[in-house]
Amino acid sequence: MKDVSVFTPAGRLLSSGLVSAVYRRRRLMDLLMTGLAGLAVLVAVVPLFSILISVAIRGLSALNLDFFTKMPVPIGETGGGVLNAIVGSGILVGLGTLIGLPIGLLSAIYLAEYGRGRLADTIRLFTEVMSGVPSIVVGIFAYAIVVRPLHHFSALAGGVALGILMIPVVTRTAEEMIRMVPQSLREAGLALGLPRWRVTVSIVLPSAASGIVTGAMLAVARIAGETAPLLFTALNNAFFSTSLLRPIASLPVQIYTYATSPYEELHRIAWGAVFVLVMMVLITNLLTRLAVRSGYEMKR
Amino acid sequence: MVVEHVEYREVIHPPVVESMTGQMRTENLSVFYDKTRQALFDVTLEMPARSITALIGPSGCGKSTFIRALNRMNEVIPGTVTTGRVYLDDIQIYDKRVDVVLLRRLVGMVFQRPNPFPRSIWENIAYGPRLAGIRKRSELDRIVEESLRKAALWDEVKDRLHESALGLSGGQQQRLCIARALAVNPRVLLLDEPAAALDPIATGRIEELLLQLKEELTIVIVTHNLQQAGRIADRTAFFLLGRLIEVGPTARIFENPGDERTEAYVTGRFG
Repeated sequence: MKDVSVFTPAGRLLSSGLVSAVYRRRRLMDLLMTGLAGLAVLVAVVPLFSILISVAIRGLSALNLDFFTKMPVPIGETGGGVLNAIVGSGILVGLGTLIGLPIGLLSAIYLAEYGRGRLADTIRLFTEVMSGVPSIVVGIFAYAIVVRPLHHFSALAGGVALGILMIPVVTRTAEEMIRMVPQSLREAGLALGLPRWRVTVSIVLPSAASGIVTGAMLAVARIAGETAPLLFTALNNAFFSTSLLRPIASLPVQIYTYATSPYEELHRIAWGAVFVLVMMVLITNLLTRLAVRSGYEMKR
Repeated sequence: MVVEHVEYREVIHPPVVESMTGQMRTENLSVFYDKTRQALFDVTLEMPARSITALIGPSGCGKSTFIRALNRMNEVIPGTVTTGRVYLDDIQIYDKRVDVVLLRRLVGMVFQRPNPFPRSIWENIAYGPRLAGIRKRSELDRIVEESLRKAALWDEVKDRLHESALGLSGGQQQRLCIARALAVNPRVLLLDEPAAALDPIATGRIEELLLQLKEELTIVIVTHNLQQAGRIADRTAFFLLGRLIEVGPTARIFENPGDERTEAYVTGRFG
């Protein structure tokens, strides 16, 4: 179709025939597609908010100072808290991050900056596969390499499981972010006579920092909510413990135990624990972003 | 004679560098990408000290490849193979014993797009000297001022040294990049189309600056702008399809080229 008149003012005014039909179809199509996109957003966001709202409503009512400072009480009594699980989750996630973050980040640096050829491709493939492995399988792995040799469940085993889960998430996001740093910045550094590793450490990483931190936070959020890999590694603990070599309580496992119990009071505490878990992830996230922003981004 | 792994501190201030003229010369230089695709064929070219050598030619003619061979920047691209010899004074820079990091401090480079680090102006300049082990704040301040003055940028930025370099205009950013390269006290400055992304006024500033800098440095500049070569270059080299076609005093290349291809290019018949 060579109707140039479509692009002229006169052509636009044509109200009959082919031209207007084409226009109407385009407008309809445009409307339809915009509508579909909006609908998709709604479908994605509604469940999310409904979860957050019901967690907030049911969770908040269970919260009081005791919830954070007291230990669980025997069934039948009211009150008490989940101090052991909050501290336990903190320890497990901290330990997981301590193991997973450096390994993940270093692999990402290797893949993005140095890795070439077969070895790099293989590592990348394994990272992809690892991020698809069900978390319970990772739990079994940690059971085999930590619990079996030590002959008992432990916080250490849970931390190892969470750390392994974290590696692929960190590696994939950090590699992407490092690759996005423009090549011209690297060349600027090299041309100044910086050794390759200095360019990586003092130019590339700071430039990619905010993206890397976002990726790391996603990974922390993911492991903070993991239940399955803790079931036969960290197990659970009705008492307060900070020992790495003993079983330890955690929020997800506590939630699982309470939610599957027949007692109303425990359900209430489980909701409270869910709320606390969500908030812990949210607050860590916000604080880290804030720290990164003030640390690396400069005012224009 | 080859400079072996000399301490950086020694190389920057001391006799080795002070006595270096900064003259560069290539002999039968060829560069291959991906081991098979040849980008540069057998180029032998001299770039005298204290002068500006302009490299001209149509896109894809090998000018950039050539200039990047002078500080071994092509090595950053995996699979690149370089053959032939490149001399800085009488040091063969592709000799195994030459430390490429030291080499790049002596042979600075400025790129087509200004590429300041996302840091403050002060930090951008102090980067190189700091890595050289200069820690004293007063000394760094002195180098920052001196480099910015040499790059004709001091008066424009002296009141905002600690603001982000990304807030500068394109022309200022490019002069900042030149200042950053000067801060490590190089003997040679390579510029790969430094004014391609700049407006005519900013371009004029850069050209003036280069004319001043050639008093101390060997300058090699790639340019697509023939008038620019005519304005500033002492010698001009014409490249075509990876080969050096002709080189000589700029006036002769433009007014009385010895090769018909050079003539066709400088008179605007192709390219």
